[in-house]
Amino acid sequence: MSSPEFKNPVVKWIDHRLPVFSFMHHELHEYPTPRNLSYLWNLGSLAGLALVTMIVTGIILAMHYTPHVDHAFESVERIMRDVNHGWLIRYIHMNGASFFFIVVYIHIFRGLYYGSYKAPRELLWILGVLILLLMMATAFMGYVLPWGQMSFWGATVITNLFSAIPWVGDSIVVWLWGGFSVDNPTLSRFFALHYLMPFMIVGVVILHIIALHRFGSNNPLGIDVSGKQDTIPFHPYYTSKDLFGAMVFLTIFASAIFFYPNFLGHPDNYIPANPLQTPAHIVPEWYFLPFYAILRAIPDKLGGVLFMFGAIAVLFILPWLDRSPVRSGRFRPLFKLFFWVLLADCVLLGYLGGKPAEGIYVTLSRLATAYYFIHFLVILPLLSVVEKTRPLPQSISMPVTGAGMSAAPAAKRGKADV
Amino acid sequence: MSDTVENQGRRDFIVVATNTMLAVGAAAVAYPFINQMNPAADTLALSSIEVDVSGIEEGQAITVKWRGKPVFIRHRTAAEIELAGQVNLDDLRDPEGDMDRVEKPEYLVIQGICTHLGCVPLGQKIGEVKGDYNGWFCPCHGSHYDTSGRIRKGPAPTNLEVPPYAFLSDNVIKIG
Repeated sequence: MSSPEFKNPVVKWIDHRLPVFSFMHHELHEYPTPRNLSYLWNLGSLAGLALVTMIVTGIILAMHYTPHVDHAFESVERIMRDVNHGWLIRYIHMNGASFFFIVVYIHIFRGLYYGSYKAPRELLWILGVLILLLMMATAFMGYVLPWGQMSFWGATVITNLFSAIPWVGDSIVVWLWGGFSVDNPTLSRFFALHYLMPFMIVGVVILHIIALHRFGSNNPLGIDVSGKQDTIPFHPYYTSKDLFGAMVFLTIFASAIFFYPNFLGHPDNYIPANPLQTPAHIVPEWYFLPFYAILRAIPDKLGGVLFMFGAIAVLFILPWLDRSPVRSGRFRPLFKLFFWVLLADCVLLGYLGGKPAEGIYVTLSRLATAYYFIHFLVILPLLSVVEKTRPLPQSISMPVTGAGMSAAPAAKRGKADV
Repeated sequence: MSDTVENQGRRDFIVVATNTMLAVGAAAVAYPFINQMNPAADTLALSSIEVDVSGIEEGQAITVKWRGKPVFIRHRTAAEIELAGQVNLDDLRDPEGDMDRVEKPEYLVIQGICTHLGCVPLGQKIGEVKGDYNGWFCPCHGSHYDTSGRIRKGPAPTNLEVPPYAFLSDNVIKIG
């Protein structure tokens, strides 16, 4: 790509020596983007927005928070009552975690439907799954910090997962705890790691974006860009579209923060941690519920843990499970059907994860868990072979404008669209 | 897209209006994020203390902590009060009469923070250096204060500050 000509002499001087302005122009301005992206392609930039929001509010909370078992709960209450606007900043951070997961889950299912994980974007996808894993670890440790009942017992249950590892499990759990139960050493190390991991996420996000910009975004048709007529510059077209999406997102986000700040939380976490009494019904945060359902569905300690982590692991090898050359679900009638079944299955798992582990819920959990793995390990590989896909359009600009060569109709539109 | 002059004006209006609203929004978001670093409600709630001064013998001084910093309360002797009152105001770097600095002449209440760079001056305890003017002496950079806590010699620009206080009764002072 050619270097842009900058008019400002200072910018020019700097750019000649340190080409940051060229880089930004190249990646954020002229960056050729498929012209047919739908609003589902807003979720990437929204996830970035959520990440920045979490880091900014998190650093502020860390200024007022005390990572000690005797002070953690009270320091959070002090943030809520005494620190100027502390309630606002904490509610942003608390709900921000949920909204980050909402955005990322939609982002992932967008990728699943449109085959964004397929060649040449396998590494892009794998980096994304890695970000999801880091997010889960970060969110889990962040939930421990307020040191309420759910914090404490969530930490106890999740760290105990590692005791399922044969032979060394118990030693690993003691190592994680820094003692013989979840206690002060656990809290301080969780705080340190909770502060560190978002920056690791930033690092992987940068790699994710480098990988994205190598081949550019996938698109709803799932076919490759065939020339200039298929793309438009990122700025102003997608910057303004992303900005509009961000405004809609922020409106919903703000409604949750100001009107239903505790809707997604659990009231028991406003009870200080008590190592001598477990709450009657403990559940993880909503974004972990599908995985929690899988954990409980397997009637074996080690098996449950393996299947739970397997649910993520299977995503890492997804690009090699789905061998169909057609990316977009639009042209795969059977895949499309099974995609919606998978989505319903995940929602069902989420629902079951929040129910007590008894009676019909256990049976349903087992069926839903089985289906989840069957979808990835059996249905997708089979579909790659048996499915008869619909014919693909010749180029992106064809179905968009209805005519082959593109730019002409846009020029003709004239005065009408100011 | 058309670029007639008429349309250009309308576009400019929309751009300027959008940017203005963005700036207003950014400022509204920035405010709580900046204000959170100001003293919190519980910190402000601790910003006044009450001290019983009846236990201070004449010639003695006590140091109390107010807002995280020392406040000197000295029960001055008649000689010290006289000394402080005799000073010619024209000789002072920061002219201030002794009577303007006290509620009751026998009790001098001042912030024990050197106005130079914030060290705590010596002169509270018996045996400590009191400086050339029998008041306080700051060991950091050598400022001398007199028996009214006024700067007499050294780099400090102003007198030791008098905190807001009032006598609640004959013996009890409320500082802050």
